[in-house]
Amino acid sequence: MIQKNKKYFVIFVLPTLAAFIMAFVWPFFQGIYLSFCKFVTTSNATFVGVDNYIQAFQDQTFSSAFWFTVAFVIVSVVFINVLAFIVGYVLTMGIKGSNIFRTTFFMPNLIGGIVLGYIWQLIFNGILLNYGKTIVADATFGFWGLVILMCWQQIGYMMIIYISGFQSIPGDLYEAARIDGANKRQIMGRITIPMMAPSITICTFLTLTNSFKLFDQNLALTNGLPGVVQASGTTVYKTQMLALNIYQTFYQNANTRGVGQAKAVIFFVIVAAIALVQLYFTRKREVQQ
Amino acid sequence: MKKLSKLLAVGLAGCMMASVFAGCGGNNSTAGGDSNTPEASGKVYYLQFKPEQDQQWQDLAKAYTDETGVEVTVVTAAENTYEQTLTSEMDKTDAPTLFQVNGPVGLANWKDYCYDLSNSDIVGQVTNDEFLLKEDNAVYGVAYVVETYGIIYNKTLLDKYFGSDFATVKSVDEIKSFDALKTVAEEIQANKEALGVDGAFTSAGMDGSSDWRFKTHLANMPIYYEYKDKGISSTDAIEGKYLDNYKQIWDLYINNATCDKTALASKTGTDAETEFKTGKAVFFQNGTWEYGGTAYDEEKGEGLKDEEYGMLPIYIGADGEEKQGLCTGSENYWCVNKNASENDIKATLDFINWCVTSDKGTTALAEDMGFVIPFKNAKEASNPLVAIADADVEAGNTPVSWNFSSIPSEKWKDGVGAALTQYAAGTGSWDDVKTAFVEGWKTEYAAANK
Repeated sequence: MIQKNKKYFVIFVLPTLAAFIMAFVWPFFQGIYLSFCKFVTTSNATFVGVDNYIQAFQDQTFSSAFWFTVAFVIVSVVFINVLAFIVGYVLTMGIKGSNIFRTTFFMPNLIGGIVLGYIWQLIFNGILLNYGKTIVADATFGFWGLVILMCWQQIGYMMIIYISGFQSIPGDLYEAARIDGANKRQIMGRITIPMMAPSITICTFLTLTNSFKLFDQNLALTNGLPGVVQASGTTVYKTQMLALNIYQTFYQNANTRGVGQAKAVIFFVIVAAIALVQLYFTRKREVQQ
Repeated sequence: MKKLSKLLAVGLAGCMMASVFAGCGGNNSTAGGDSNTPEASGKVYYLQFKPEQDQQWQDLAKAYTDETGVEVTVVTAAENTYEQTLTSEMDKTDAPTLFQVNGPVGLANWKDYCYDLSNSDIVGQVTNDEFLLKEDNAVYGVAYVVETYGIIYNKTLLDKYFGSDFATVKSVDEIKSFDALKTVAEEIQANKEALGVDGAFTSAGMDGSSDWRFKTHLANMPIYYEYKDKGISSTDAIEGKYLDNYKQIWDLYINNATCDKTALASKTGTDAETEFKTGKAVFFQNGTWEYGGTAYDEEKGEGLKDEEYGMLPIYIGADGEEKQGLCTGSENYWCVNKNASENDIKATLDFINWCVTSDKGTTALAEDMGFVIPFKNAKEASNPLVAIADADVEAGNTPVSWNFSSIPSEKWKDGVGAALTQYAAGTGSWDDVKTAFVEGWKTEYAAANK
C-alpha cells in the first residue's frame, strides 16, 4: 500500500508545488533580480548593478526605521509572550468560564490590521486629546501605541498555542513531582517551562517575524509620523518601521523603485537570519517527553 | 472499489490543477469582450483618478458603448493609491490604454509609456496650449479638467458678521488683502458664540485625507510668488522667499479654527467638510470639486444652497495681492499608453475626442461631473463655485497658477506636511518647516533628476 501510494506523490504534490512556484519562488527571484535594476513597471527593467544597494545603505530613513523596528520587536516579543503565557496558564487551571475567556481573548486576532490600526488610533486620540496631544505628537506615544495594539491582537493567538502546550503536559509528571515534595516554583521551573519549550519556540518565532514584518498596523496607526526634518532636508519618520519604509521608498518616484526593492532584499536577509538564530537557540532548550 | 477511488484521486488532483491555472487564464475571456464587437475595433481601458466621479464615468462609458459598440472599461483607483494601482496595472497584458499623470513631475515617471498626441484630434480641440503637457516637441498629455481653489466661504454666515456691531469690515469687497482677512477671521473667532459658529476656519486637519490642502495647495502660494518674481516655472532649488507669508496664513488657519490647534493632527477631510456644511465655520480652504460634498441635501436638511457659496483668493500678504485671483489649473492630464495595440490606441483617441466634442460627452462632463473642460465645445458647468471662479477672472483679477505640479516629489510634500503638523501641535518649530521646504526641495529635486 505504501509503495503504491508513492506513485501518486507527484500528482498530489504538483498542484501545490505549481502554485508555490508561481506565487512565491518565481516572484522571489524576480524580486532579487529587480533589486539590481532601474524600473517603473516590473516588466520593463534595465540593469544598473549594485547602485540601489549603495543608496539603500546611505539612506538615513532606512537606518532609523531599522532601529525603531528592532526596539519594537524586542519589547513586543517579551510583552506578548509573557502575557500570553500567563493568560494561557490561568485559563488551563480549570476556572469557571475558561472557554468564554479563551474565545474573547482570541477574537481581536480576527480583525484585520488596517481596521485595528484605525480603531486604536481613535481610542488613543480620544484619550490623548484631553491632554492636548495626539498619537502622532510624540514618537514615544506611537511606539507604545503600536506595542499595545500588537499585544491586544497577538496575545489571544499565542495564548491558544500555549494552552495546547499546557494541556499536552502529562499529569503524571506533576503527580510524581508533588509526591517528591516539589513546591509550586520548582514545578514551574523544572517541569512546566521545559515541557513548554516547543510552544515557546513556535510563539517567539511567530511574534518575532510578525513584529518585524509589521505593516498594516503601522500604516493605519501613525503612518510613520511624527517626522523630524534633518539639516539635509530629508525627513526622518520616527515611528516608521522597515516594511512601511520600503513601501514608501518604492512609490516615491521612478528612480527609487529599485532602491525599495534592494531594501526589501536586505530586509529579507535580516528577518531570515534573526529567525534562524532564534530557532537554533530555543530548539536547544527543548526536551523530549 | 479500489479502482474507483484511484480514479477519484486522479480526478480530484486534476480539478485542483485546473482551478490553479484557471486563476491565471480567467481574465482573457472577460477581456476579450462580447463576440458581437467587430473584430477590427479596439477597446478602451481607462484607469481613472477621481473616486468621487467614478459612477459618472461608468455611465458615460456605457453610453459610449451603446452608441458605438466599442467596449470601454473604466476602473477607478482608491483614494491616494493611483500611482500604486497604475504601476501594477501597467504591468499586465491588458494594461490601461488611457491613464492620468498629475503634471510634469508625474510625467517624468511615465514618459516611456506615453503616446505622442501631437497629431490627434483632441489636441486640436484644446482652447489654449497651456493645457497640453509638452516635452521635446511631443505632446504627452492633455488636461481634461480645469479646477479652481481658494477660501470658500458661507455667505449667510459672513453677512451675519458684516451686520454685527463688532465688525470693522463691512463688506466682502473690503477683503482684498491678508490684513483684512485676518481682521475678519479674528473678529469672527472672538465672537463665535454670538455668530453661532465654532470658529472662523474649518479645522485644518493634517490627517492623510486633508493634509494635501496645506502641504500642496497652500504651499503653492509661496512657490507661485517666488516663481513670479523670478519669472520661472520650475526650479532645482527654492529659496523660500515667501515662507514668512506661508507662516502668516498657516497661523491664521490654526489659531482661528473650530478646534484647538493641538488636535489638528487627527482631523480628517470629512471633519472639515461637515463643519462647513453644518454652518459651524465660515471659511473653508478647498476647491470647485468640493461642491458635491457640501451642497444642500434636502433629506438631511444641511449643506449650502447655491447662492450661499462665495470664494476668496488665498491672501498671504504679498505685494500687489489686491489683484490676486483664485488658484486655477489642472493636475489631471490624460495620457494614452503607447504600448497598447494600434487598434486600442485608435479606439482610445476616438473615445476621449468623443468625450470632449459630442453633446453627450460634454454634457456629462459639465453637468454630471461639474467639470470645466478646456475644450472648444465645452458646456457650462452647473457648479456655482465654477461660476464664482469665472466671475473672478472677469473682474480683472490674475488667476494664480498651479505651480505645485513642479514640486519635485511626493516625499517633499510629506516632509513639509509632517513639519506643519509638528509646528501646529507645538512640538516642532517653524525652522523645521523652512528646512523641509528649502533643503528638502534641493534633496528631492536631485533624487528625482539624476
